[in-house]
Amino acid sequence: MPGLTPKYGTKYMLIRKNSLQSLADTMSEPEIRGRSLWADARKRFIHNKAAVAGLAVLILVSVFASFGGWLAQYPNDEIDFMVIGQVAELGGPSFANGHYFGTDDLGRDLFARVVQGTQISLMVGIVGAAIAVVAGTLYGAIAGYVGGQVDNVMMRIVDMLMAIPYMFVIILLLVMFGRSISMLFVGIGLLSWLDMSRIVRGQTLSLKNKEFIEAAQATGVSSINIILRHILPNLLGVVAVYATLLVPLMILTESFISFLGLGVQEPNTSWGALISEGAGTMQYGTLWQLAFPLFFFVITLFSFFFIGDGLRDALDPKDR
Amino acid sequence: MLNFIIKRLFFAVPTILVLIVFSFLLMHMAPGGPFTSERALPPEILANLEAKYGLDQPLHRQILIYLKNVVLHFDFGPSFSYKDRTVNEILSQGFPITLTYGSIAFVFAVLSGVSLGVLAAIYHNSLLDYLAVGITIGAQVLPNFVMAPILVLIFTLFLGWLPGGGWEYDDPKYIIMPVVALATSFMASIARITRSSMLEVMNANHIRTTRAKGLPTRYIILHHALKPALLPVLSYLGPTFVSMITGSVVIDMFFSTGGMGLHFVNAALNRDYSVMMGITILVGVLTILFSLVVDILYAWIDPKIRY
Repeated sequence: MPGLTPKYGTKYMLIRKNSLQSLADTMSEPEIRGRSLWADARKRFIHNKAAVAGLAVLILVSVFASFGGWLAQYPNDEIDFMVIGQVAELGGPSFANGHYFGTDDLGRDLFARVVQGTQISLMVGIVGAAIAVVAGTLYGAIAGYVGGQVDNVMMRIVDMLMAIPYMFVIILLLVMFGRSISMLFVGIGLLSWLDMSRIVRGQTLSLKNKEFIEAAQATGVSSINIILRHILPNLLGVVAVYATLLVPLMILTESFISFLGLGVQEPNTSWGALISEGAGTMQYGTLWQLAFPLFFFVITLFSFFFIGDGLRDALDPKDR
Repeated sequence: MLNFIIKRLFFAVPTILVLIVFSFLLMHMAPGGPFTSERALPPEILANLEAKYGLDQPLHRQILIYLKNVVLHFDFGPSFSYKDRTVNEILSQGFPITLTYGSIAFVFAVLSGVSLGVLAAIYHNSLLDYLAVGITIGAQVLPNFVMAPILVLIFTLFLGWLPGGGWEYDDPKYIIMPVVALATSFMASIARITRSSMLEVMNANHIRTTRAKGLPTRYIILHHALKPALLPVLSYLGPTFVSMITGSVVIDMFFSTGGMGLHFVNAALNRDYSVMMGITILVGVLTILFSLVVDILYAWIDPKIRY
């Protein structure tokens, strides 16, 4: 740092003044400070308008999911007998009777149901992606780092699992062991980590011949610690990008299963179940039942895809 | 080449066997059997039935019998909920329908996706390119279960042009919406992949050489650029095939086409394990065989692949 050289000189007061001055100078000249990889990435991300807009929309959707329940005038499973039987005429969106998004065909408040569906869909997406991140990263890093015959066997297993039509297997599991959200998590988590493990393994293979890994090996760091301390931190960028792109895929998977009526069960609901209900009743002129859940579904998926693309542009060393 | 094919086949066979055994164990772990009902059958009849399907044998023999039936005779056993029908009858009823509109959708998605991607890359940064990019971004969030209701809303409820469901082999009206709903998102993905790889190839050295030689653009694209540009698309076809089969479940449900997916969902709701098992295995085998074909095609087209 320039200006700090005459430190601990004879005239203490004067020097302290000097060093304070130089500190102030350093603070006002940010270009001298080194920029970390992450600071660089953050800057690039902020310059990507679509990604920032996606982030903003996503925050709004999360706020809606967390606090929308306080705004709802009705609980999500209460039937409004004023509108039942005349849903097409009386059940539309209105502020007057408190059904902001209208009611569904049974007279339940659609606002409360969309809030609840958003909560479940987001939760499934995030938990599913989290399982994939933890399991896939560890599996891929171990296979890539250990290499040789172990790597061969581990990746053959992944290849084999990849060949299984996983949507059918998830439905099979759900039917056999009871339809519940936790079973849905197990099913989605069981098969979502495969892609992640392949990507992480590829990255690990290219990392493990770098000098700093060699240095760690030479100083006698154990394999587990090399993976945890040296390989994993360097994988964070790639993992972050794919995790962001995995969340919408998990949401799509859950919605697909719920659309078929095999996922989340009543009175709980999710976007897929709501879209399915809305699609089933649209010929009776109650279009809002399809429009509101579809709107939230579409904007959330868009946001995740835009954020994922933005992160990839910000973190991927290939495009620099 | 022959070595490579044999090696890949060598890998495909155990995968199929693992899939069958895994499905069978799942079915075995689930409560209830094919002949359990509220009114108990007389024990002699039950014993006869179980002997017929080999259910009186120990588990490892049962697996072998099931494997033998599936592999040698392509026989998936009796349906659990329809006492008078076998899984094979149900499969042979639904599968041709799924195969018909599924293969049309597949060809449609590949052809339109590739042409859109190539056109967008050739006319880079033109209106056509922006349109193609817009479509590919939009279609990411329009999976089949969103496309299906939207199509019905527009073409059946508002315009009244197409029937909202049902199936006739001879009438193309019934095929249009299932095909479009199934193909849209894959068409978009294929277009995106084609566009980016075509852009990359068009900037490659060998294309510059052909331009310097003065070859016409049309000839360059057809004879030099298209083949390398399509390699990434080829490797995407395997996953597309799987997702299309999966997507057909929604199509069968929503359009009441009577295909395999409808039977799968009904079987799931009625806990008809053997039908679910049969469909899962059939789809799995198709998937594995398809990825085998794609791998062989890939090795054949790409000279860089050593086997």
